[in-house]
Amino acid sequence: MSQTYYSKDHEYIILEDKVATIGITDYAQKQLGDIVFVELPEAGAELEQGGEAAVVESVKAASEVYAPISGTVTEVNPDIEADPSIVNQSAETGAWFLKMEVNNVDDLDGLMDEDAYKSYVEGLE
Amino acid sequence: MLNNQGRPTVAEKTDSPVGSIETFTGNRGLQIEEPLLFEVGSLDNCGVDLAEMPKHKNRLGVMARDSDIGLAGLSEPETMRHYVRLSQKNYSIDTGFYPLGSCTMKHNPRLNEKMARLPGFGNIHPLQPQKTVQGAFELMGDLSHWLMRLTGTNAVALSPKAGAHGELCGMMAIKAAHKAAGSKRNIVLVPDSAHGTNPATAALIGYKVRSIPASDDGSVSVESVLEVLDDDVAALMLTNPNTGGVFEKDIKKIADAIHKAGAYFYCDGANLNALMGRARPGDFGIDAMHINLHKTFSTPHGGGGPGAGPVVFSDALAPYAPLPYLRRDGDSWHMVETREGIEDDSHVPFGRMVAFHGQMGMFVRALTYMMSHGSDGLRQACTDAVLNANYLRASLQDIMSLPFGERKCMHEVLFDDSFLKGTDVTTLDFAKAIIDEGFHPMTIYFPLVVQGAMLMEPTETESREALDQFIGTVRNLVSRAKAGDVDYFKNAPVLAPRRRMDETKAARKPVLRWSEGMEG
Amino acid sequence: MRYLPLTDEDRKVMLAKIGVDSADELFSDIPDGMHLDSPPDLPMKATEMAVDQALSRMAAKNVDAGSVPFFVGCGAYRHHVPATVDHLIQRSEFLTAYTPYQPEIAQGTLQVLFEFQTQVAMLLGMDVANASMYDGSTGCTEAVLMAQRVKRGKKRAVLSGGLHPQYRDVVQNQANFGDTDLVTMPPAPDGNEDILAQLDDKTSCVVVQYPDFYGHVRDYSKLAEQVQAKGALLVIVVTEIISLGALKSPGDMGADIVVAEGQSIGNGLNFGGPYVGLFATRQKFVRQMPGRLCGLSDDADGKRGFVLTLSTREQHIRREKATSNICTNSGLCTLAFSIHMSLLGEKGLRELSGLNHALASNLADKLEALDGIELLNETFFNEFTIRVKEKKAVDVVDALVDKGVIAGVPVSRLLPGEQDLDDLIVIAVTELNSEQDMDALPKALGEIVNA
Repeated sequence: MSQTYYSKDHEYIILEDKVATIGITDYAQKQLGDIVFVELPEAGAELEQGGEAAVVESVKAASEVYAPISGTVTEVNPDIEADPSIVNQSAETGAWFLKMEVNNVDDLDGLMDEDAYKSYVEGLE
Repeated sequence: MLNNQGRPTVAEKTDSPVGSIETFTGNRGLQIEEPLLFEVGSLDNCGVDLAEMPKHKNRLGVMARDSDIGLAGLSEPETMRHYVRLSQKNYSIDTGFYPLGSCTMKHNPRLNEKMARLPGFGNIHPLQPQKTVQGAFELMGDLSHWLMRLTGTNAVALSPKAGAHGELCGMMAIKAAHKAAGSKRNIVLVPDSAHGTNPATAALIGYKVRSIPASDDGSVSVESVLEVLDDDVAALMLTNPNTGGVFEKDIKKIADAIHKAGAYFYCDGANLNALMGRARPGDFGIDAMHINLHKTFSTPHGGGGPGAGPVVFSDALAPYAPLPYLRRDGDSWHMVETREGIEDDSHVPFGRMVAFHGQMGMFVRALTYMMSHGSDGLRQACTDAVLNANYLRASLQDIMSLPFGERKCMHEVLFDDSFLKGTDVTTLDFAKAIIDEGFHPMTIYFPLVVQGAMLMEPTETESREALDQFIGTVRNLVSRAKAGDVDYFKNAPVLAPRRRMDETKAARKPVLRWSEGMEG
Repeated sequence: MRYLPLTDEDRKVMLAKIGVDSADELFSDIPDGMHLDSPPDLPMKATEMAVDQALSRMAAKNVDAGSVPFFVGCGAYRHHVPATVDHLIQRSEFLTAYTPYQPEIAQGTLQVLFEFQTQVAMLLGMDVANASMYDGSTGCTEAVLMAQRVKRGKKRAVLSGGLHPQYRDVVQNQANFGDTDLVTMPPAPDGNEDILAQLDDKTSCVVVQYPDFYGHVRDYSKLAEQVQAKGALLVIVVTEIISLGALKSPGDMGADIVVAEGQSIGNGLNFGGPYVGLFATRQKFVRQMPGRLCGLSDDADGKRGFVLTLSTREQHIRREKATSNICTNSGLCTLAFSIHMSLLGEKGLRELSGLNHALASNLADKLEALDGIELLNETFFNEFTIRVKEKKAVDVVDALVDKGVIAGVPVSRLLPGEQDLDDLIVIAVTELNSEQDMDALPKALGEIVNA
């Protein structure tokens, strides 16, 4: 049983038991334009909520991806490091960034569900 | 008998399919495609004849080279063609109007080049005995004098290699001064409109950057500074005139507030061309400011350098100015190169920015420029630079859009992209269409504080005719954009040596050097 | 004024268009009390002839390296620069262009940078090189900072005692202000030191020079392995780039980052600048590199072309998180380097470096034969260190000037206060030293040391 959350920084978090799969939303990938490079943390890294987790680069900009929750990185996606264009093609359907074991599931309380994120994004446009 | 032989002397008029002609060579008349050096040269080809190697004892030891490097060589005539053809793919100031905002692309006088090549300047070694280079020190002394007089300061460090290096030098002096006073302040205030080098410099020496939001008119107000100013602030970095081409009216008040709070005021001097001979940054209360000799004082940009970034200091920071520095000893000059050479105990240099003494080649060019203009000429140059920018503004403001209302500018004028709203033409498209018209585009997307920025800096070395031609062209392009001819802009440029480049491909799979069997 | 195209009539028309009565009004944003009413107290404008004469007089007070037997090196070398080089770099389209931010009309500069990066990478024996740094010394600092980025969290950097003392000072200066725990080895004029002993598990890099400051050609292959085994990077610094025509490359020895002063190729002495810093590394570290990079791509018609790339590392995009604050680099000096290198090619460079070494070796023979002179080097390229027994090096170099010979740098000029270095002189020889020069120095030196 999994549940999906969204952050204001345009990350999605799919929680399954205590493991969260994190990536950026389709809206975020569109805003960034052609993504040319993704820098991911190493497995084993401990991330704090709000701390820098990854960097996504387009030709003209570099954006930090902040950890939406605290936890320990268990796995990163080697495919997007090898071919960052798949983030543009399938941001929410395969181009996940990292998986982490969540320290405290309650951290997710402040995040949005799909409907809330949808209206949040509409408000931005 | 009439002679009907010989060449026709009148061009026949035909429908010319410009742009669609495919030549066998790929060349287009004077535009000649040039392969990479490694595709035309070879290991055996050589354009230099050398004397024969005399008999000698080999003392290279075990490290003597035993394999090829792979360097391609060319004979002298081939070299000449390779580089002349490449040069013809470049736009330059000498080609035409180059209104690149923030870059001060002014005419580069050739007397400067001639002087820098005098053997007495160009062919002296930084470590030959000081008594054999007194003329070089004299030149550096004179340059220092001009820079201090023009800026209203009493100290200058010549050694920084470029603007950003000068920033680093100035900020190091500030940190050294704080350290000497036992202060542990760790914040540097930088407005959002600043050059990227400012925050990068602050970070390089361990400062944290706190940003100052721009006011509605694009400038930095004393109120907005006070809002973020506290006991942790070590310095403010501010460009004046700012990157929107506007003089910071509150500058003195800001300087006073900064000083009152125990911090220092670093001024980015990139835009000194708007002030020289008319106002002195020293009077604004600056503590340190770099001067880009390659902008204000006409040393050539050379496709990205070399520059030179001397830094002037207030009396408060002067003692911390770096090594090396010049000292007058009676009739002669002495370059103090190490701490051991310091005679005056009040001087506590923070360290050394660079090996040797700085960009001498640029010093000669800049001083040549200053002496040619003289004090009166520099003031006139500044005035004309500001006049030219305002003329551009006045001639374009009705059809383009000024982000901060119709107000005077200094040496450059900033437009945003709101005049393109609804046309689907972007700032980038607009700039590329300017290329087809034979001009270099203005600076685009900088400063970051306005949407789709277009920053034009004409400089004083443009004639009214050149400005009028550019103005007329831009007006026509605006009309074309508003008339909905979007494809024209999206396709541009079509008449340059290359059309728009695929930057995404370059960044995703970077190919940063030639290698055997390389594709492309 | 000859550089100002506007006439008084132009100015009048333009002011009217702007809607002001005088140019002074354009400066009204400058607060009262800060306007200069008249030009600053400096000389007034001057004719081209007058400026030429004044500066020529100043230049004539210097002794230029071409006018006397000349043997000074230590990071800047007098080499022959072919006339073609200086002609080509003065082409307007190269000289007066800006950084290639609009690639469609800057392919000339961009292709040169791509070729330059290739030449540098080949010469240093590395995968990739950038489009230049200011010079060798600032490049050296950047290498230390880069090593810290690669080895996240490791703060220690160890500098060899064979590193150019001013390079050491420049790195030391950055370390004083930044976040580097710098260890500097004592001067090593004999070419021996135990660097490994200084490595700990917090060390990000070791910096050595090749050939070193005193001229020794040290083999760092083993050191590279040892340093890397300890989890650090080896940075190799080259101040005489022509040496690499005769010597194995730093890449051959396993360097991770190579920094060099490129002045010797294509660029004059210029009293210390402008010069050109070469910077190269392994492919895997490319995103941690400072400075501009030019890369290959296609245009909209599929034609090959070049662009500045990986710019997100740089200050104009990354601001306080950039890999360096560098913006303007050494554009025109890279062009000079690249043209000279094209003229030399493999064949010319190998011959040129062979010639340099041969002349230096022969001069060393002659100096070594003098009473009172000791040669410190077993190996060297075109520069070596001598000991002038029982004399002060500064006095000897000074006395040589009085005999019309400019030769050597007293080590104590760069490293004052170290007594056992007071009698050391570093002597450089290049292809420009004539047979007469090669006789003049031993003769003059012999007279001085035996006086």
